[in-house]
Amino acid sequence: MCGIVGLFLKDRSLEPQLGALLSDMLITMTDRGPDSAGIAIYGAPAPGKTKITLQSATPGPDFTKLEGALAEVGLRASVTVKNTHAVLEVDAGQGEETRAALARLRPGIRVMGSGDSVEIYKETGLPKDVVSRFDVRSMGGTHGIGHTRMATESAVTTLGAHPFSTGADQCLVHNGSLSNHNNLRRELVREGMIFETQNDSEVAAAYLTAEMAKGKDLGQALESALDDLDGFFTFVVGTKSGFGVVRDPIACKPAVMAETDQYVAFGSEYRALVNLPGIEKARVWEPEPATVYFWDHEKAA
Amino acid sequence: MPVIDLAITPLRDLNSALHAIPQGSNDIAFEVVNPRGSHAVAVGIDAPVTVDVKGSVGYYCAGMNDGGSVTVHGSAGPGVAENMMSGKVVIEGDASQYAGATGRGGLLVIKGNAASRCGISMKGIDIVVHGSIGHMSAFMGQSGHLVVLGDAGEALGDSLYEAKLFVRGTVKSLGSDCMEKEMRPEHLTKLAELFEMAGITGVRPEEFKRYGSARKLYNFNIDNADAY
Amino acid sequence: MSYHNPYTPPRKSATFDDYTLAEIRRAAATGIYDIRGAGTKRKVPHFDDLLFLGASISRYPLEGYRERCDTSVVLGTRFAKKPIRLKTPITIAGMSFGALSGPAKEALGRGATIAGTSTTTGDGGMTDEERGHSETLVYQYLPSRYGMNPKDLRRADAIEVVVGQGAKPGGGGMLLGQKISDRVAEMRTLPKGIDQRSACRHPDWTGPDDLEIKILELREITDWEKPIYVKVGGARPYYDTALAVKAGADVVVLDGMQGGTAATQDVFIEHVGMPTLACIRPAVQALQDLGMHRKVQLIISGGVRSGADVAKALALGADAVAIGTAALVALGDNDPRWEEEYQKLGTTAGAYDDWHEGKDPAGITTQDPELMKRLDPIAAGRRLANFLKVMTLEAQTIARACGKNHLHNLEPEDLCALTIEASAMAQVPLAGTSWIPGKGGF
Repeated sequence: MCGIVGLFLKDRSLEPQLGALLSDMLITMTDRGPDSAGIAIYGAPAPGKTKITLQSATPGPDFTKLEGALAEVGLRASVTVKNTHAVLEVDAGQGEETRAALARLRPGIRVMGSGDSVEIYKETGLPKDVVSRFDVRSMGGTHGIGHTRMATESAVTTLGAHPFSTGADQCLVHNGSLSNHNNLRRELVREGMIFETQNDSEVAAAYLTAEMAKGKDLGQALESALDDLDGFFTFVVGTKSGFGVVRDPIACKPAVMAETDQYVAFGSEYRALVNLPGIEKARVWEPEPATVYFWDHEKAA
Repeated sequence: MPVIDLAITPLRDLNSALHAIPQGSNDIAFEVVNPRGSHAVAVGIDAPVTVDVKGSVGYYCAGMNDGGSVTVHGSAGPGVAENMMSGKVVIEGDASQYAGATGRGGLLVIKGNAASRCGISMKGIDIVVHGSIGHMSAFMGQSGHLVVLGDAGEALGDSLYEAKLFVRGTVKSLGSDCMEKEMRPEHLTKLAELFEMAGITGVRPEEFKRYGSARKLYNFNIDNADAY
Repeated sequence: MSYHNPYTPPRKSATFDDYTLAEIRRAAATGIYDIRGAGTKRKVPHFDDLLFLGASISRYPLEGYRERCDTSVVLGTRFAKKPIRLKTPITIAGMSFGALSGPAKEALGRGATIAGTSTTTGDGGMTDEERGHSETLVYQYLPSRYGMNPKDLRRADAIEVVVGQGAKPGGGGMLLGQKISDRVAEMRTLPKGIDQRSACRHPDWTGPDDLEIKILELREITDWEKPIYVKVGGARPYYDTALAVKAGADVVVLDGMQGGTAATQDVFIEHVGMPTLACIRPAVQALQDLGMHRKVQLIISGGVRSGADVAKALALGADAVAIGTAALVALGDNDPRWEEEYQKLGTTAGAYDDWHEGKDPAGITTQDPELMKRLDPIAAGRRLANFLKVMTLEAQTIARACGKNHLHNLEPEDLCALTIEASAMAQVPLAGTSWIPGKGGF
């Protein structure tokens, strides 16, 4: 149970402000979830590079000299440490190898997500603290999603915070609670998916990843989620160039969207949107039940 | 006229001021600025005050209103005018889900669209929506009138009791136990009366269709189990 | 010599016992599931499976009647300007006008007031009779919102947001046509004589994040005076309690599966929910994990029948209990004096549970004017007051024997369990051992 925000910029001149806009949106939703908060920012991809966002409960020992340790095993990586997180930039194509090396060299490190452009920051605590810890305000980007959590049935931990990464450059935030996630998790585990938490939302994320691995695009995966996921949900998802929203067929968890020539925005409540430029003139609506909404930079261009 | 700026004044002060109107007071027109999606704005009014809210509000604005006249110059979040007893609430923009939920009296006018579950469990309130309404509207509606100048979403009037629904546009689908009914002269008269109260002109009652309870679920019958 | 088969008595199936067979026939004949009142009738681990240890040499008891053992409780100390102060931690659970007759509601108010405790409205709104006769009245805020209005909200002493009840967590109510009298129909804004289905979810919020905002609205309407209770059925007590606290509740009411109901499907009553005994420790754990034990009060209900049950619930960490079925019995429900009439209804005193049909010979679960007259609200209220006082004295007696000067000082360590099941559920050792099965998680 939670507050969700999302912002997809159409106007490139707003891109430097993405982190600041999204931070304010998320902080406004604090009341909906005081347990943990997280944000995924899609920034400019560096040509030929892949980003991996890492988290550690002991960032000192884990991140210090990480570059050197990776170099020793023949992996070239630049490491940018931000509090409990670090963003690794490695050569495209070396992502899997780097993750394998990290598991050996620094077993305490957790991968929050990876891809060409996504960076994911999440921690326990209030949105304002999480945002300032990672200096999210200073970050630019094309789109992003954020989440503040009131844990229902799973633990309040960093890994239990949203967004959940669903594959390269994919992530998901969820408001609601699923009622068939345990069965679904068992099926996905049989198919080879690996889970970090007991969180129902992680099951939704893994489900989308598994469906996309079978060849579906995100829109199609969300359509099949409407058949296969039971319970209450509003999902906001991000891909490298896209941004999607879907609500369950009963659709009683709140969701408000706004669109202008400059952006598409999502908030669990209208309050989250009030600081956006030109909101007074935006088209504001509530997404229909069991309907997939999707925006894509590449398709729009 | 008291002007309350919610950017500096706590919500509690606004609502307690509205609850403490002395009998015979003339100072009964309030203006609320900077609501910025705040919840529970102007709730529990029990006197004939006027409140003009300049901006959009969050959940449950004008909840349980009993005799007040509240206008939101913006949009309203979930459950606006929930359980209204009497008085009038006007939303200049759109309303989120559950508008007028369980309302027992008074008039709710939504000048834009209303989202899902508009008039859910309504118990006597009159709701007039200039635009369209979302799915599951008037679910379990017990009494009162829901008038929609635009279209209605899926499952209109599901499990309806005796609330009367009037829609000018299309209805995506009817819910269980809801059916189209004959528009009789008294319904035309009632619609005209509601238009007048809601300040609507240029619309004729004859343009509407009436929907009400088929009353098949009023007493349990196993052969209707598919409807549950 | 001829051989005779020795006699083999007919053997009935344990799986298809007489009751099961009758149920199959009844369903086949009527085409409707069985609807009834009261709580579960199956045997589940309960307070009976726990015993107090008492004091002897290692601890010293208090002298009965002379050394004080306090029973008072304050509910709603977290946010409310006007918390509820009760002389005894035994409150009366929510029961609706509609399910119960007017005189029965009046009697509950009278009895509770004499005993210094609170009573609670139900799905059907507040009547003048019960407000007038109840010194402390908790007003239920239910999914149906029948009779809900701000005046009653303000003249209540506390507000109980009902999310669920123990007899049917996740389910709504059912009041059959026979009981929708003119007055009930008017209070509920329903046509007379229809089967009324109550909603299972609130119409204007879903989930703890929305509940937080709903509680804010109720506080704003009542100027932050009234304690806000949140009532849940025994389903996932650890999470439900934690979320009620996060949503801003002053008091959590947790109702186990033995809790009664006016009318629900039998399959719901018997097969959904957890025994009261199993609910308490997880709920207390949630409060302790949040640092809110004793700051947000916990009321336990569902099958509380005696002072011993009260003492055990408190020892396990509750702040108070609520009684429903036991209170109705004190008023005169299922009294053998009406045996002849119970027989005519195809049942017997002690088993009558067709509370929804409105034919209660005792005049309690009915809207029939003639039957209602059988219950004298003054005498019945007195009986309830006596019962409440006896329960309080019993709990006090036990607490003194355990060396406590206040009921709230009873602890889990004052208890032992008679069965492995009760030991596991209550997390107190099996008698004579230090063994608690399954210790270390829920």
